[in-house]
Amino acid sequence: MNAFIRIGQVRVLGALALATLLSACGGGQTPPVAQGSPETSGQGAAAAGGDGGQINGAGATFPNPIYSKWFSEYTKSHPDVRINYQPIGSGGGIRQLTAQTVFFGATDGPMTDDQLRTAPGPILHLPTVLGAVVPVYNLPEVTAELKFSGPLLADIYLGKVKKWNDTAIAKENPGVKLPATDIAVAHRSDGSGTTYIFVDYLSKVSPEFKQKVGVATSVNWPVGVGGKGNEGVAGVVKQTPGAIGYVELIYALQNNIPYGSVKNKAGAYLKASLESVTAAAAASAASMPADFRVSITNADGKEAYPIASYTWILLYQSPTDKDKGRKMVAFMRWAITDGEAYAKDLGYAPLPDSVVKLEQDALGKIQVQ
Amino acid sequence: MALSPTGRHRAGWADPLFRVGTGAVAVLVIAVVLGILVVLLNDSMLSVRKFGLSFWRTRTWDPVAGEFGALPFIWGTLYSSVLALLLAMPVALGIAIFLSELCPRWLRQPLAFLTELLAAIPSIVYGLWGIFVLAPAVRWLEVHTPEALRRTPFFSGPPLGVGMLAAALVLAVMVIPFTATVAREILKAVPVSQREAAYALGATRWEAIRLAVHYGRIGIVGAVMLGFGRALGETMAVTMVIGNNPQVALSLFAPQHTMAAVLANEFTEAADTLYLNALVEIGLVLFIITVAINGLSRLLIWRMDRTRARPTVIKTVPLAA
Repeated sequence: MNAFIRIGQVRVLGALALATLLSACGGGQTPPVAQGSPETSGQGAAAAGGDGGQINGAGATFPNPIYSKWFSEYTKSHPDVRINYQPIGSGGGIRQLTAQTVFFGATDGPMTDDQLRTAPGPILHLPTVLGAVVPVYNLPEVTAELKFSGPLLADIYLGKVKKWNDTAIAKENPGVKLPATDIAVAHRSDGSGTTYIFVDYLSKVSPEFKQKVGVATSVNWPVGVGGKGNEGVAGVVKQTPGAIGYVELIYALQNNIPYGSVKNKAGAYLKASLESVTAAAAASAASMPADFRVSITNADGKEAYPIASYTWILLYQSPTDKDKGRKMVAFMRWAITDGEAYAKDLGYAPLPDSVVKLEQDALGKIQVQ
Repeated sequence: MALSPTGRHRAGWADPLFRVGTGAVAVLVIAVVLGILVVLLNDSMLSVRKFGLSFWRTRTWDPVAGEFGALPFIWGTLYSSVLALLLAMPVALGIAIFLSELCPRWLRQPLAFLTELLAAIPSIVYGLWGIFVLAPAVRWLEVHTPEALRRTPFFSGPPLGVGMLAAALVLAVMVIPFTATVAREILKAVPVSQREAAYALGATRWEAIRLAVHYGRIGIVGAVMLGFGRALGETMAVTMVIGNNPQVALSLFAPQHTMAAVLANEFTEAADTLYLNALVEIGLVLFIITVAINGLSRLLIWRMDRTRARPTVIKTVPLAA
């Protein structure tokens, strides 16, 4: 999930430019900077040199802004811990972790049983923050905010509901005068955790969607136009009257894109907000499996927004480098407690307290001695 | 005399060393190309074994079910590139001819500079321009297409803005500076004696230009092929406006997909082994098609080169007595 207009990445870009400049000034005498984010490796060169003790991770792009924030804040209070994160996508993160080229991975969709089997050791899923997906649409004639149900969204994305004045849409929106415009469906073209959350939800509420499309980061869409990234989908929706699409909640909030509300399992129409996303997580915390590989779409609870999901950091249960393991566990304890304070400012929903407790216990089980 | 112009003794090993050095660099290119081929083959083995040649003609691309076929992507790549070439070639040649033959001297440098500047714009910028400026304009055009045309297979489908037409237009704009700049250099290299001879024989300006273009035709074909290669491989700008829907459609309004675009879109999140292998095989297919097209253009140039040996007959209108 990439939104390239994020502050965190802009800063990294700036640092990259600076690093390039600096090395240019050095007249080629400075050795090439070690692989990794220029930010951290720059500090590394200043402090200790080499990559001694640097913890490398890679994975999902969606949580990159908050991870970058966490790592830089944490290094301020713990100068001996340097964590370097490459947002290369969830799939890439899982691959690199399995190949043990990075110390930790990060993913927006839990690893499958097959993927866990191919890994050289048991891997733990550790939830960090939550994200949500919202439906966005473009109907200039309609001023009222539209309401959707899960089965309705599934039928639209299956190509069964073709016009905006279809009775299925009118049923959810009594009193709204709907135009006879064709629905132009837009979806993500790039493999993405956003798509994973969205189709996971649609598959839960529509057996037909589950059978015809299924759940993955990229799927074979029966209809519609693919836009690259949140900005691509938002672009198509903005330019095309009659279009519907789905984007990350953060992206819609930061860019002031209006979005519709969705009917949850309890039958309440909810507009996604950071609170209703945390509520969805809290509602399902009681039934949280021990390995945290849980989908919280279509969660129970009147306050729970139905298209929400955790994002995870992946760690080996018995890390080979015990010293790095200890540092990483300490960092994780900080992240899910003090670190969560940074979540809301960056547009992420923080973990509910009940999940933080469960995770504290899980962190204690990582073998670092 | 074993003295170089600077007066020092000429080192006997400098020439061989230079030859070995440049030779090594040239060999390196071949090694890199072969290396790419080996890696592509190796990393796509699973998919090559499973799907065989049917990979080239299967229309399904379903990561969930594990069924992969490249046909929609091959079609989209070739269709968009050919359309872009058809749109770009007349404009690029027009620019080249105007700059080298007809342009007033004071305008020549600024115009050439601006053309080359187009080539320096990053493709993500073209892509954003495509989404926010071009796609709405294309959509307007699609909405106002006469009904009779809309019924033909070339213009069918709902007006979305993004789609094959938008992609071909963006590609055309991106290809123009390459083709125009190289073609202008070719025309500049046509000996003045050729033109003077044409004028001496009583040729008009139009005929003299035709002669110059004819003289430089091999280089111009090369310039066009350079643009074609650029269009085949272009990724970011295309994926932002083509609609990324893997289907084989004639319609210019339909969202389609290309090989480079599917790689850029899906590679990062593909964790499944067969899925990754299928994506690498798309890269292999793109590699094979690029090599084939380059080979064909070589063949074309070679054949033209052979006909060049014959004297060129330019028909001139006899001067009025």
